[in-house]
Amino acid sequence: MRWGRRAAATAPAETLPRTAVELRDVTHAYGDRTVLSSISLTLTEPRVGVIGGNGSGKSTFARLLNGLVLPSSGTVLVDGLDTRSRAREVRRRVGFVFQDPDAQIVHPTVAEDLAFGPTNQGVAPAEIDRRVDDVLVRYGLDGHRDHPAHLLSGGQKQLLAIAGVLVMRPERIVFDEPTTLLDLANTRRVARVIDELEQDVVVVTHHLDLLAGFDRVLVFEDGRVAADGSPAETVPWYVARIS
Amino acid sequence: MKTRDLAYVALFAAIVAVLGLLPPVPVPGIPVPITAQTLGVMLAGSVLGARRGALALLVFLAVVAVGAPVLSGGRGGLGVFVGPTAGFLYSWPVAAFVIGWLTQLSWRRFNLAWALVANLVGGVVVIYAIGIPFTSLYADVPLWTSFTGSLAFIPGDVVKAVAASVVAVAVHRAYPVIELPTRRATAG
Amino acid sequence: MLSLYLPGASPVHRAPAGLKLAVLAALGVGLFLVSRVEVVAGALAAVLAVGLAVARLPGRALWAQVRPVWIWLAALFVVHLLVTGPLPGAVAVLRLLTLVLAAAVVTATTRVTALVAVVEWLVQPLRLVGVRPARVGLVVAMTLRFIPLLAERAARIREAQTARGAERVRLGLLVPLVISVLQLAHTLSEALDARGADDTPARPLRRAAGSVGPA
Repeated sequence: MRWGRRAAATAPAETLPRTAVELRDVTHAYGDRTVLSSISLTLTEPRVGVIGGNGSGKSTFARLLNGLVLPSSGTVLVDGLDTRSRAREVRRRVGFVFQDPDAQIVHPTVAEDLAFGPTNQGVAPAEIDRRVDDVLVRYGLDGHRDHPAHLLSGGQKQLLAIAGVLVMRPERIVFDEPTTLLDLANTRRVARVIDELEQDVVVVTHHLDLLAGFDRVLVFEDGRVAADGSPAETVPWYVARIS
Repeated sequence: MKTRDLAYVALFAAIVAVLGLLPPVPVPGIPVPITAQTLGVMLAGSVLGARRGALALLVFLAVVAVGAPVLSGGRGGLGVFVGPTAGFLYSWPVAAFVIGWLTQLSWRRFNLAWALVANLVGGVVVIYAIGIPFTSLYADVPLWTSFTGSLAFIPGDVVKAVAASVVAVAVHRAYPVIELPTRRATAG
Repeated sequence: MLSLYLPGASPVHRAPAGLKLAVLAALGVGLFLVSRVEVVAGALAAVLAVGLAVARLPGRALWAQVRPVWIWLAALFVVHLLVTGPLPGAVAVLRLLTLVLAAAVVTATTRVTALVAVVEWLVQPLRLVGVRPARVGLVVAMTLRFIPLLAERAARIREAQTARGAERVRLGLLVPLVISVLQLAHTLSEALDARGADDTPARPLRRAAGSVGPA
């Protein structure tokens, strides 16, 4: 298996260095507005969900995990690397998929866009071609290689965005509301794609059914973790709380 | 340049292109229909500032040069750079720079009046000061002929300068992008 | 598609983009050095032959590039007729017509990606002042990618305003469009960073603020 994570994960857990993200007393403020206050936790589970209302801090939390946002105080460690001083290495390990696929496709055509990330990483052109071919087939985009990305459907664009991160071979992928702008069929499709990933994932979402098979779910409220546990514990708690 | 600046430059170059795709608007009392493209030049300068504004227009011209038909009237390609009115195109990055520079000068007390000064000087005077002599030299016609030939467009450009100023003031209030160097940094 | 490129397999299509641009530049300079009408007319005939016979471009495609300047060329001829006479007028008009057509031939026979590569090559000397050619190529590509998206957003904003009863939408369209673009720029820059756009430092930070020694 090319990505190897899931395959390798069948080996005894102790022999494998799991990827781990650790937050130590992290606070984040934009100006004088505090969006996260003293969060301390460690993520080692392959499937982590993050839910909470608008403005609860979950989007900022997601951005802390790959150094897109640096904490105002406290420390974020990814496999022991501080996001503040080792941002580039952290971003190589942690991929990020945004809500709006239109804001993350940067090149006019599909294949060119897929090559963008690995080119930045300095991957050899032949290897880039191989990876691009691979994801195009995998996500049913092989007929669209030279198509303008603009003409893809919303679902296809989000698949392209995910593929654009996969070709960079990250160890963990953070999704910030990946299905919010999609219709039901495409939401299911993206959910299946996330489910099949070999990488560890963190998914911020309002679609609670996405989290069914997850290992752990964090519920954010006013910049704090209000609940933390299995989906069976946290999701009903959250639903009861908002109704 | 920060990544954010690359995004601003690319997106404003795209705005200038999109404005070129709009059909020209006939305005009563003005002899020629107004095209919206130079509005984009003014917006780039007055929203992004001198450096990023000028770069946005350079990138826009590069996009035209590589064959995108995004000049008003669906023109594009290298032909427009050797045409008789190419001087006006070459003036755009300079115009955006001047507009941005004047905007930055007045940034702390920026209002409609300052915006108008910036857009009229940069977006009208500078453009004609480069475009008219270019046409005259290039096509070997007297300066005066070239000037009178351009007169018909000036009222429309003034209208655009007013429009750009209104937008610039609104954006300045809602989403300011220009960051002035702080005293500390310059005094270092 | 947002391009004036017309695919083909002619020798003109296959010629390197840099070569075509060099020929175009040479033609631009050369035509202004001569003022003999037969030389300029000969150049025009040669350009037409290359475009129509060798590259097999449809006449329509070339005409589309000439049409916007046609009125202008006619006016130019009239001015010359009154000021300098018919022969200098013919030279001035034919010269411009030749250049516009030659440029149209290059544009129609050269892929956008090839021209972007030439742009990257042309800005190589600017490395000295800290410009990174690959970034220039990236920004040009991003602009091409976002033009259709912004056109669509503009149309959507116009619809929203019409739905709320706005009749004259031109100016009202611009403020939301500009602000939505500024917000898009924010997300886009995050996406660029997440995909490693800043992986190589812009230039060695030799002259950091603190390291300026005594003069």
